[in-house]
Amino acid sequence: MAIERKERHKIPEQAPEVRRSNFEEVCTGFDLETAKAEATRCLQCKNAPCRSGCPVAVRIPEFIKALAAGNVAEAGAIVKSTNSLPSVCGRVCPQESQCEKFCVRAKMEGPVAIGGLERFVGDYMLNEPTVQSKTKANKRVAVVGSGPAGLTCASELASYGAEVTVYEAFHKPGGVLVYGIPEFRLPKKLVQAEIDKLAEKGVKFELNCVIGKSITVEELLAENDAVFLGNGAGLPMFMGIPGENLNGVLSANEYLTRVNLMKAYDPESPTPVLRGKNVCVIGAGNVAMDAARTALRLGANVKIVYRRSRTEMPARAEEIHHAEQEGIEFELLTNPIQMTGQDGWVTGLTCVRMQLGEPDAGGRRRPIEVPNSQFSIACDTVIVALGTSPNPLARTFGVALNPKGTIVVDEDMMTDQAGVYAGGDAVTGAATVILAMGAGRKASKAIAARLGLTDGE
Amino acid sequence: MYKIVKKTRLCGNVCEYVVEAPHAARRAQPGQFIILRVDENGERIPLTICDYDAVKGTVTVLVQEVGYSTKLLAQIPEGGRIADFVGPLGNPTDLSEYNNIVLVGGGIGTAVIYPQAKRLQAEGKAADVIVGARTKELIMYEKEFRAAARDLYLTTDDGSYVRKGFVTDVLRERIEAGANYDCVFAVGPMPMMRAVCKLTENYGIKTVVSMNTIMVDGTGMCGGCRLTEDGKIRYACVDGPEFDGHKIDWDEAMNRSRVYRAQEQAHLCRLTGEKR
Repeated sequence: MAIERKERHKIPEQAPEVRRSNFEEVCTGFDLETAKAEATRCLQCKNAPCRSGCPVAVRIPEFIKALAAGNVAEAGAIVKSTNSLPSVCGRVCPQESQCEKFCVRAKMEGPVAIGGLERFVGDYMLNEPTVQSKTKANKRVAVVGSGPAGLTCASELASYGAEVTVYEAFHKPGGVLVYGIPEFRLPKKLVQAEIDKLAEKGVKFELNCVIGKSITVEELLAENDAVFLGNGAGLPMFMGIPGENLNGVLSANEYLTRVNLMKAYDPESPTPVLRGKNVCVIGAGNVAMDAARTALRLGANVKIVYRRSRTEMPARAEEIHHAEQEGIEFELLTNPIQMTGQDGWVTGLTCVRMQLGEPDAGGRRRPIEVPNSQFSIACDTVIVALGTSPNPLARTFGVALNPKGTIVVDEDMMTDQAGVYAGGDAVTGAATVILAMGAGRKASKAIAARLGLTDGE
Repeated sequence: MYKIVKKTRLCGNVCEYVVEAPHAARRAQPGQFIILRVDENGERIPLTICDYDAVKGTVTVLVQEVGYSTKLLAQIPEGGRIADFVGPLGNPTDLSEYNNIVLVGGGIGTAVIYPQAKRLQAEGKAADVIVGARTKELIMYEKEFRAAARDLYLTTDDGSYVRKGFVTDVLRERIEAGANYDCVFAVGPMPMMRAVCKLTENYGIKTVVSMNTIMVDGTGMCGGCRLTEDGKIRYACVDGPEFDGHKIDWDEAMNRSRVYRAQEQAHLCRLTGEKR
């Protein structure tokens, strides 16, 4: 049977020349009419291949069907049954390698804009009354970290009727959603709205509390029926090349935290940030794109320096596309070997050109140095976005770690300590928001089962 | 919000704050630090803990008014509240393998060596204490140290109190006089700690310093506090704040401490109304 062609609706966005100098959200989102029209593109496949690409298995065809019929609240309830943070996921998930990749229309005129629709429904739900959880079960759970893993785990457990307290080291809850992902990609008032929803559900937040320091995991376990560790990734990786500790060289974590959480983009903020004129960002993941596009908005000319080629760039396709549109330059197949400086400040990046050789263990082609290809790039700021290594604070948790320092869990996300679960970057190393949410959800189910909250579900 | 239960001006631009912060107080140890924010838009200020009371749930810090945020804090009266206070962060001091210790404090660093002096006294190995300041009214905790130290040596840069000279002058004299220290624990401005390390290196005496670096989160996330110890990157917040002073790359550490100086100066002028 032939499928009728229906073009994918473009999600409206600010024009590149406008948005490159503001911090407002790049995508402005579908309106109801467009969302409904886009929803009618869904073929309602019986086997729902899209769902197999979703780490939290959102009931995609079902919510899209409800949306197409104009029943937004119903669509929202369907999404929320497996995804606690749809307004976040609709914005930051790499849909092109998850749900949308498996859409039957992907091979034709383009996949259904599942992310855009999820975002529309998620935003709508923020204004709907909170669904109160079941009667309280008199079971207490401590959740460590208020990033995507922790928030998801807390939300699900609250729905199961557990009394949940979330412990956050920072002065504001949200984890990477507030310190890492910039405002122009994920507005902070939206994250706050999601957190307010959790608070309405009865989840308590203890801020300024570092587990392992202020309170130990052992103490938490003594006062709770279970503990979930979602403390995230840790120390930023550096290249280990000469000149890396010059002034003007900093991690993307530091740069983004200053700008996002500490609001340094606002000149009125007492937290300082380097406002370089010529910024090089090393790396090509989502964090690198975020740092580059932030620097651009603070007035810099920005180059992304990456040792492999375009195909291997780990960032979401949309972020790379947006970065390019905004005027960020890409120095691909380029590897820095030294940072040079004057009077203690970085002034340049010495690089060599690379070419791609045979695939490595991970299947990506290994970059090899091109002989005699050394050259330099003049810059006054270098932002290193090469990922993170596990946080050494995990050593104070008293749970088994693997040699790299990430937390070891079993198939139920439980650590070697009975009743102590873990998930997210603390277990996997730096990954995506949605994978952390998937882990938080999986752990919440195991915890609920352990505490007898599942009613034989 | 965290209540300032007691505020005492110790000298010119230094105040002692006793803050009600039960989470930070209950497991605090000498050598660790806290991070505070004065208000909702405030900057995160790392400060070394100088005293704590787990029972009362209070932590004491000393703050020198040098920049915008520390001056803003100075405007909060006793009984007032600050937005955030998190800790204890970093690792506690471990001087267990030493028996004849001298604690050296310069300026605000004097506050940091006080809990050490108390603890060493309690452990039955009271330490010598050398305290230096620019001038007489900047000498702090004299009475407290008299009670906690084996011997207390005071010195002022300008000679306005006890004697003229730097802490390194006193330390050199003590070592030359046969004090036979097996560990020097030095806390103060980086140039002072560096000078102490340079001196003790000649005598081969183990020297521990507390690095007050730039940092944001204080929990091993931002990497702003990185420094080089023995050729390797280390993070003051999770690996420190105390390090072997003879292995620190001091040129680099001092350079890095100046990263935001120009911007901090510019911001300070908003508060003081000063034109630059």
